[in-house]
Amino acid sequence: MAAQNLQSVPAELTPEEDAAGQAHFDRIIAEDSRIEPRDWMPAAYRKTLLRQVSQHAHSEIIGMQPEANWISRAPSLKRKAILMAKVQDEAGHGLYLYSAAETLGQSRDKMMDDLIAGKARYSSIFNYPALTWADMGAIGWLVDGAAICNQVPLCRASYGPYGRAMVRICKEESFHQRQGFEILLELSNGTPEQKQMAQDAVNRWYAPALMMFGPPDDDSPNSKQSMAWNIKRFSNDELRSRFVGMMVEQVRVLGLTLPDDQIRFNEDTRKWEHGPLDWDEFHEVLAGRGPCNAQRLERRRAAHDDGAWVREAAAAYADKQRAKQSAKQQKEYAA
Amino acid sequence: MSTPEATETTGHGDISTGVAGGDSNASATRITPGNALRPEDIALEVKTGLVKPTEDIAEYALRLGDDALILAQRLGHWISRAPELEEDIALGNIALDQLGHARSFLTYAGAAWDKSEDDLAYFRREHEFRSVQLFEQPNGDFAATIARQFVVSYYQYELYRRLTESTDATLAAIAAKAVKEVDYHRDHSAQWILRLAGGTEESRTRMIHGLRLMWPYVNELFQDDDLTQRLAQAGAAVAPSSLREDFDRLIADVLNEAELEVPDVPAAPGGGRYGKHSEYLGYILAEMQVLAREHPGASW
Amino acid sequence: MSPHGNPDAPASSATEINREAPNASPKVEAAPEAGPAVDHHDRSTWGLWEVFVRSSRGLSHVHAGSLHAPDAAMALRNARDLYTRRNEGVSIWVVPADAIAASDPDSKGSFFESPQGKDYRHATYYTKSEGVKHL
Repeated sequence: MAAQNLQSVPAELTPEEDAAGQAHFDRIIAEDSRIEPRDWMPAAYRKTLLRQVSQHAHSEIIGMQPEANWISRAPSLKRKAILMAKVQDEAGHGLYLYSAAETLGQSRDKMMDDLIAGKARYSSIFNYPALTWADMGAIGWLVDGAAICNQVPLCRASYGPYGRAMVRICKEESFHQRQGFEILLELSNGTPEQKQMAQDAVNRWYAPALMMFGPPDDDSPNSKQSMAWNIKRFSNDELRSRFVGMMVEQVRVLGLTLPDDQIRFNEDTRKWEHGPLDWDEFHEVLAGRGPCNAQRLERRRAAHDDGAWVREAAAAYADKQRAKQSAKQQKEYAA
Repeated sequence: MSTPEATETTGHGDISTGVAGGDSNASATRITPGNALRPEDIALEVKTGLVKPTEDIAEYALRLGDDALILAQRLGHWISRAPELEEDIALGNIALDQLGHARSFLTYAGAAWDKSEDDLAYFRREHEFRSVQLFEQPNGDFAATIARQFVVSYYQYELYRRLTESTDATLAAIAAKAVKEVDYHRDHSAQWILRLAGGTEESRTRMIHGLRLMWPYVNELFQDDDLTQRLAQAGAAVAPSSLREDFDRLIADVLNEAELEVPDVPAAPGGGRYGKHSEYLGYILAEMQVLAREHPGASW
Repeated sequence: MSPHGNPDAPASSATEINREAPNASPKVEAAPEAGPAVDHHDRSTWGLWEVFVRSSRGLSHVHAGSLHAPDAAMALRNARDLYTRRNEGVSIWVVPADAIAASDPDSKGSFFESPQGKDYRHATYYTKSEGVKHL
């Protein structure tokens, strides 16, 4: 199939070919170079990547919803424009990532089906509700902040298409966190009611944002392998600690507080530490029992299903045009 | 490659692929804000007293601004709900263009009454809005939205094209920015008209229905009144009726190619320019204004 | 002139659009791991296109990414909306992904071996002329 030319498709290989492929793969990883779609890769590497990249794409797409809900109610036209552009970016980022996942041999349709069927995961933070306008600030500052923290090292992920997608995403996302920060700053400097709104949002999003980095290192069985493969560059706890350090500084500028009185810089480990996180809740939400899981999936399913006739129409039109074109060409040939 | 320490130096760290030769697709991701008239530029001109519209001009700008604002509000709803992800982005772009035009027009209009774009958008009541009724029509299915886009974009294109020659420099400048964007909206809607009309039986049925839903509100777009006549005579505005011929001709070209007909439906009486709206506008405003009105005087 | 063309338009961004782009779609084939596709997918699946963007005049088109579209005309427009939201380009190419032939990574060794060691193709090989002006 011609399309395989740009895609990675597992082929039937002899043991000798597999061994040679593995050696080549190991050498590239050892050199910290990049694996490209048509390179030989271990089945587990492909599977891990496909899972991670598609989950990442799903997170962007589902992540549009809590913010899209506020586009219509944005309290100023400038904020409305910014929010629209941001949510639109998220659709774009989902597309970049689906494209990267497709190079691993999985169709976007299949990924979308898995998402809608509840078979695929996405970042559990998007199963929390965005209750007030201040949540637009907290999502931008904390959630996008955590996402960027995670994503910057991913620009150097060993799989070429994933890294390239992340470069584009990180460049575009640089405005996302800043606009969130500015929303909170504006609220914090506003009326007492507005400030309260901002603090409440930070209180609600802080812990879920910290959990975005994934389970603690001693409870993250796949992390080690991902790091060996240069997909992941830093451990969950390492990134989380770094993130807490940044937030501690920034929350002061905001004139707000983080809902965690156990944050401290450990002079011995040179790392930031934070209070305990409710990992039971994390697993509950991940397992589908969060406040908005059903709502988010239903909205995605509805958009996909309601759009089916449009996609069919465009495909049918293209087929007809192609048929017309080839009929015309044949006629010209004959003449 | 980069150590954790190295990436810590600038906030989140350096966005690079870490591959020798650096960012391999740098030239395809080089991003710039571009250089065009922004609502903020108009606000600055207003603030520094460089421009101040007459009462008539302000009233006219208010009409165009309200049209664009209500449409942007409608289109914004599609983001995260479009038939395909690529279309989420396309409709988002169109909504953002319209919102930009709305902000420019409203900022300019507000200068006459010492009001900001937000004062006008969030603190006027339903009967004070000057948008015509087409813009507030519900999104419906994708075909209805495309039908509305089709009419709006061909109308706005003819309007803005002529308004670039307005004797009012600010109106001309806003129109010069808007006409290029609206030209693309025409293309977007025409492409979809062709595909939905020529796609499947279902899409064709829906497309025909969508056009029927929107067509009663076409007439109102082209109605002259004292204000537009005064301004048109002065060369500051465009008489809506003068757009009709080109609109009809260009619309017919697309409909012909799509093997569709101009719907044979009675025209609604309209009245949006004087604050008479359909039942839909109240809901749109209730949603759009709710937060701003909960916190009057607040800054966001 | 096509009806949705632009008979007497002022200078316009939309003139960048190739309105004559063929409305034909590349044949969509199910991805190998997609498994037995549900029926409506066959009918509603859009093909995969690769997008190349020229960031400014004088530079080459560079691969920017890919997207899905029913045909070339829509692929161009989707590419415009997706890959040039921030002024990244002045020109776009779209190519059906399955129209691109790629060299075989497994033959990397032999395919790209020949130029190795042929330093005489590079100016730096010629050291005796160093210091001579205009050479």
